[in-house]
Amino acid sequence: MSDSFDAHRCENGHLSYPGHTRCPDCGEPQTEAVDLRDRTATVITWTTSTATPPGVRQPNTLGIVEFDVDGESVRALGQFTTDDVEIGDRVTPVYTSELRDPSAGIREPDSQEWDGYRFEPVE
Amino acid sequence: MKRLSGDDPGMERVAIVGASMTRFGERDAWVRDLLAEAGDECLRDADVPPTKLDHLYVSNMASGEFEGQTGVPNALAHDLGAMPAYTARIDQTSSSGGAGVYAAWQSIASGASDLTMLVGGEKMTHRTTAEATDVIASLTHPVEYKHGVTLPSFAGMTARRYLHEYDAPRESLAKVAVKNHKNGLDNPHAQFRKAVDLETVMDSPIVADPLRLYDFCPITDGSAALLFCPEAVAEEYTDDYVVISGIGGATDTHVVHERDDPTTMGGVVDSSDIAYDMAGLGPDDVDVAELHDMFTILEFLQSEDLGFFEKGAGWKAVEEGVTDRDGDLPINTSGGLKSKGHPLGASGVAQVYEIFRQLTGTAGDRQVDCDVGLACNVGGFGNCVTTTIMEAGQ
Repeated sequence: MSDSFDAHRCENGHLSYPGHTRCPDCGEPQTEAVDLRDRTATVITWTTSTATPPGVRQPNTLGIVEFDVDGESVRALGQFTTDDVEIGDRVTPVYTSELRDPSAGIREPDSQEWDGYRFEPVE
Repeated sequence: MKRLSGDDPGMERVAIVGASMTRFGERDAWVRDLLAEAGDECLRDADVPPTKLDHLYVSNMASGEFEGQTGVPNALAHDLGAMPAYTARIDQTSSSGGAGVYAAWQSIASGASDLTMLVGGEKMTHRTTAEATDVIASLTHPVEYKHGVTLPSFAGMTARRYLHEYDAPRESLAKVAVKNHKNGLDNPHAQFRKAVDLETVMDSPIVADPLRLYDFCPITDGSAALLFCPEAVAEEYTDDYVVISGIGGATDTHVVHERDDPTTMGGVVDSSDIAYDMAGLGPDDVDVAELHDMFTILEFLQSEDLGFFEKGAGWKAVEEGVTDRDGDLPINTSGGLKSKGHPLGASGVAQVYEIFRQLTGTAGDRQVDCDVGLACNVGGFGNCVTTTIMEAGQ
């Protein structure tokens, strides 16, 4: 478990979240991490899911948000802290130690991390 | 991307000479029995003994996860008496069927096989909706999976963005469901043979806001099969065959939120570009299409990304009846995944089954006037796509 929330940048300046072995845009290695924790993002879209899998809160309001990092955009998907959200809202990441119950779903609990960041609207 | 020409002298033209599908729905049979049922019927359809098969492929996403049965292609070869045919399982999640069509096409086009059968199938309904949803959601990246994302929630997010960007009314999505349920009335293999009206769709419970229960395909058991050979020998099997004139496969990002435009399916654009090029045809030449309407919103995205309609105009075509069975471009005459059902590995095979029936004039009450048909099978949330263009045999 770690509380990092990093986008990854290649030598050509492309950003991705999460990181990949090679940059999805140009195929070069990613060499730099960019901390997204203290930044604000814009809501691109969202949904409230009422039919959630085992171990997931119900209902589950989640969406895609976009960060602007020095003129380069990078997106992330995540849960929201509220169901009161609209396209264009500004949000900031808030740490949560367990986003869903790792033991309830089909995926091997040790194969991935289960903590992360929800998005909370900012005024 | 490599471009193929349909006239390449080093490549066999591939014909489909037999097709079958089981009844889709809640079935008592398990995956082995479903595959054997469709495979046996397909062999009968073309009057071919199992021992004549060179290759036998099975399209299946998750028989291990759903029922603890792995190794299904070998099981099928044994149950059908097809030994010593070469077998392989083709898994590309929801597009396993389309990927199986691609593998079967390759096997004939390359000359590696003179007779290949593809059987797609899945057994799902013994699981709860939550469990089945999780099996499918397990295809997602860990950073998305940990937030409890599901394929239906991707659909909800995409639909919201689409309605926002293109000023489409929410009712336009409901009209896809109404149309496909109406088409499914005439499909004896469909899970739902029940018409629904606009109010029923709009009043159904929210599943992934703004999408409601009737915007989603059901969970389904079923199987479908196709028989492939070189076009040069097709008439030895039947007078009523179809030719694969173009086929293309492509991928988009695994992490769905990394796409620049959430309302475009890059894999549909790329796979259809390849298929159109190979066939020497364009979107305007297509007379009938089966699209992957796992969610109503996907019919809009695919009809645009295949080039049938301008970006953002797919909803208007549905509103205007263009895609109705008696419209200019009938889409999902089978009832689509929406009404026919979506047994994951079978769906891409069943799409081609419907186009085979349409092009050979054997679609019964669903028959439309057509010379060129297209099937677009989508895996993940557009992660993997196969587009197949077919024409009636000469």
